[in-house]
Amino acid sequence: MSRASVQAPIPTIPFGARVSRWFGRNLIRIYAIFAFTYLFIPVLYTFAFSFNDGGKSNLIWKGFTLSNWQNPCGAPEVCNALGNSIKIGFLATFFATILGTMIAFAIGRHEFKGRSSSNLLIFLPMATPEIVLGASLLTLFLVFKINPGFWPTVIAHIVFCISFVVVTVKARIASLDPRLEQAAMDLYANEFETFRRVTLPLVAPGIAGAALLSFSLSFDDFIITNFNSGTLTTFPKFIYVSAARGIPPQANVIGSSMFFLALALVIVGQIVSRKRKVS
Amino acid sequence: MADISTARGDLKLTRITKTYGDFNAVDDLSLVIPAGSFFALLGPSGCGKTTTLRMVAGLEEPTVGSIHLGTTDITTTKPYQRPINTVFQNYALFPHLTIFENIAFGLRRRGVKDVKEAVDKVLNLVELPHLAERKPTQLSGGQQQRIALARAIVNRPALLLLDEPLGALDLKLRRQMQIELKWIQKEVGLTFVHVTHDQEEAMTMADTIAVMNEGQIEQMGSPADLYDNPETAFVANFLGQSNLIKGTITGSDGDSHVVDLFGQKISLPKNRSHAVDNSIYAGIRPEKFRISRLQTPVNGNVLTGGRIEDVSYIGVSTQYQVAMPWGQELMVFEQNDDGVAPFDKGDEVNISWEPIFTFALRGDEDATAGSEVVPEDLDEE
Repeated sequence: MSRASVQAPIPTIPFGARVSRWFGRNLIRIYAIFAFTYLFIPVLYTFAFSFNDGGKSNLIWKGFTLSNWQNPCGAPEVCNALGNSIKIGFLATFFATILGTMIAFAIGRHEFKGRSSSNLLIFLPMATPEIVLGASLLTLFLVFKINPGFWPTVIAHIVFCISFVVVTVKARIASLDPRLEQAAMDLYANEFETFRRVTLPLVAPGIAGAALLSFSLSFDDFIITNFNSGTLTTFPKFIYVSAARGIPPQANVIGSSMFFLALALVIVGQIVSRKRKVS
Repeated sequence: MADISTARGDLKLTRITKTYGDFNAVDDLSLVIPAGSFFALLGPSGCGKTTTLRMVAGLEEPTVGSIHLGTTDITTTKPYQRPINTVFQNYALFPHLTIFENIAFGLRRRGVKDVKEAVDKVLNLVELPHLAERKPTQLSGGQQQRIALARAIVNRPALLLLDEPLGALDLKLRRQMQIELKWIQKEVGLTFVHVTHDQEEAMTMADTIAVMNEGQIEQMGSPADLYDNPETAFVANFLGQSNLIKGTITGSDGDSHVVDLFGQKISLPKNRSHAVDNSIYAGIRPEKFRISRLQTPVNGNVLTGGRIEDVSYIGVSTQYQVAMPWGQELMVFEQNDDGVAPFDKGDEVNISWEPIFTFALRGDEDATAGSEVVPEDLDEE
């Protein structure tokens, strides 16, 4: 009977094979731990040193304090620079998102002469080295007798943000089924209503993503800003300048706050989209 | 101009041509679809049926020709002005709206204030009232199909267009939906125009079928008409299968022609001949043939000298390939219901059939037209 075969000893798997199987299963995890460690050590370092009681120079650990977090504007100019960066970021994002979205729709949805060359040209600001873009923009402003400062910086930021908006929004438009718009038209929605009720809501996540990307690019930019901002100080510029004599721990506080704000946004976004799927 | 949105009546396509570059997708097509009918446009991929439908919906404009709904000319009006709704091939439900809002979409655009009652009613009609608050992606294919239908019929359009509506469903669900669609059409009393490449689907649902090929209508009629009395080789081969045998009309006998098929005389009802001269293809459907042993006496039309080449047992029937003396292989479907011992490969047999089942096509036709058409791949997604 087949019962008998049950009594036969279960063959054991050799130790070597078991070890290699364990590695086969866990290699990706081990790799991921290393990769994330590598990525997050600088962030952790920044965060840790925001608690450093280091006075003006924040290079050596001198003791734990909460005073930096209690008074993030403690260092001279730091909040002024931050304010400038946020203002420039919002303005550049606002205009770049509107203009870029319109370009994305034009290129993504319509046939016109010069469509493919516009498509190519829109990539150029992304491909151009920032140092070249920054210097040429400065030359351009000077030719038109515009002094470097707040608005030239905003304009310069719009220039490089537009490309990223176009690319992001265009990808979203390309994934949009044209039959959805046809269905809307078929169901008595005219061109404007079709755009408002179907096209825009469906492209909105792409536009929102493009805006976030624009803001972080603008907020972060140093090279182009350095050329075009004149005496205006932005946050990256502030850090660059203070690096020579020691970055104050308040910069770490602001940097860490930005990181946690972004992290919170991502987590909220994940929760919202997961809830939407479940409900 | 008359108010387009209230136009009612028959749909009339007059000499429609639609050209893409130098390709005529639809070629001088004229068609009347009576109000209240379930009409099918049937044809292989690329025959122009979907283009025709899109022109009726307003998503394409004809290059030449006019489209009338009743007495109203709708040729160049926008899709949202027409009292015509479409069930799209892949449903095209709005993914960001709930099922309720999907169905209410058309009503709201037309300024209907209280949509709840109408939406609930149509959700009950398609038997999915519990799904109102879901999103389309949470529904199965069959459910999405019904919602797409509900979203269209809730507007009570003069004309409902269905573009391969069941193409994405599996066979069993498709059969069930065919019956349901037909029932819903009777229930709501709207004109349905259904585009499909599936002849069985068209036959099951439609009162009238127009068979399209290369941008033109080959033949139009009831399913039984088209099947029993096809006028062209394309229709004979595209709707089911046909045996087409080359022959010559040699004489007349009352209401019938006498036809010579490779030396054997058969009879053909005159009203089932679509030939223009004496050169014809005699057509017989495979299930109309009977096979008998040489010594068994038979009535009606008989062709002798057959030899069984191949036998396939299908269950409800047995399919035979019978080689005839002139080199052609005829297809015969025999019901497995008469207790006669099945024939074996190599058996010498006669083939017979009732003369009234014979039809005749023009002798200069391509006898294989429509037979190599493979079912199209739905949508290149």
